[in-house]
Amino acid sequence: MSTSVQLEIFEGPLDLLLHLIKKNEVSITDIPIATITEQYLATLELMQNFSLDVAGEFLVMAATLIHIKSRMLLPAGDDEGDEDDGIDPHEELVRRLLEYQRYKEAAAELEQRDLLTRDVFVRSPTPTEEVGPRGFREVSVFELLGALKRIIDRLPKETVHEIALDKITMREKMTFLLETLRARGSVLFESLFVEIKSRVEVVVTFLAMLELVKVRAIRIFQEQMTGPIMIEAAAQMDEAAEQAAIDETGESQHGA
Amino acid sequence: MKRRNKQRLTKPGKANMEREDVKSILESLLLVADGPQSVQRFSEVLDGTNKDIIENSLRELQSEFETQNRGIRLVEVAGGYQLRTPKANADWVKKFLGGRPARMGKATLETLAIIAYRQPITRAEIEAIRGVDVDGVIATLLERNLIRAVARKDVPGRPFLYGTTAEFLQLFNLQDLSQLPTLKEMEEISLPEISGDTISLDHLEEN
Repeated sequence: MSTSVQLEIFEGPLDLLLHLIKKNEVSITDIPIATITEQYLATLELMQNFSLDVAGEFLVMAATLIHIKSRMLLPAGDDEGDEDDGIDPHEELVRRLLEYQRYKEAAAELEQRDLLTRDVFVRSPTPTEEVGPRGFREVSVFELLGALKRIIDRLPKETVHEIALDKITMREKMTFLLETLRARGSVLFESLFVEIKSRVEVVVTFLAMLELVKVRAIRIFQEQMTGPIMIEAAAQMDEAAEQAAIDETGESQHGA
Repeated sequence: MKRRNKQRLTKPGKANMEREDVKSILESLLLVADGPQSVQRFSEVLDGTNKDIIENSLRELQSEFETQNRGIRLVEVAGGYQLRTPKANADWVKKFLGGRPARMGKATLETLAIIAYRQPITRAEIEAIRGVDVDGVIATLLERNLIRAVARKDVPGRPFLYGTTAEFLQLFNLQDLSQLPTLKEMEEISLPEISGDTISLDHLEEN
């Protein structure tokens, strides 16, 4: 048997199995378990040889295949008594493969349609401040840091040391940002810093913004490479903020 | 010269608009519209012009673009009408626009298909079908506005139920969800003995 397995990126164990079934020209409902199991395990080994991370679900499937294979070796009728949950693992696997196959086919059919921005196009919307992030590029960390640097550079050069550091907290800044976005939907990155005169406050505001991006409460995007950076409320801003327990206006403040 | 259709209207628009005017106005509205627009919306803008007249005019526009092989087409999508470029011109439009083609990965597409057909559906239910973790893909789909959380399922943990959005319909050029390609029935691709998930193969062999 040839073991020239071409390494592909498989979306998961079912994807790999379907690939093997197709390669062996057999039907899902009539899988030669021994052959497929052997090839499945060989592929896993190959993936590991290529230092690909073999996710846990691949190993679970390997165990399932071996289980099915071993059951088939038992004399018929012998396994009726010790069935753990009444579900035949072979039948269950076939059912899952068939179901997954349906959606793979549906996905392939959807992909054949006239896709917007691939096959067909609409007039580009006139960009305004209100325009959502569709078509907008993501902002890289470097661009954000560049923008931060520009803001810090703009601060008045002061030699006076700041002592009252504990006046501003990240929580306050996050709450402020959430409230602003709740009221206006989106704001310009720069506008967050207009009122701010101290370096510490700029940094705290920036960190608060990053934290909100992390919990997916807000999104940051940019229309073009050098264009203004926009901050927008994510679809589930309130839920995300609530989950991260950020938005609590009455929270006692802890100093920096 | 093209002969104009001077058919008398049974119910003329309140503003006494000629059929040709309606068509011309609609074409203008379609040009400036952001996203697909419903017949209802057009009717409102055109001072309550009868919806049949609007629809007929839209259809006339549609066939004119088609028969004259124009560079724009009037497409019915996501419950409305929208001007789009014909597929034949795709390469030129892409070249003009530059930029990267918005490719959708296999995982994203498959997950989206599962959500489209099975909505409302929870993340765990999607994972049960795909056999892999879909956290990242769900985040991407939410980010691209192709799906949204529509409700919470009344089971422990109250997980979100996801469904597709109007953007999804627009992306795939669908009028509504009923236009989704028909999903093959399990029976069509399965052997007759596996018709339900409670029947074990062992039992059937005994029969």
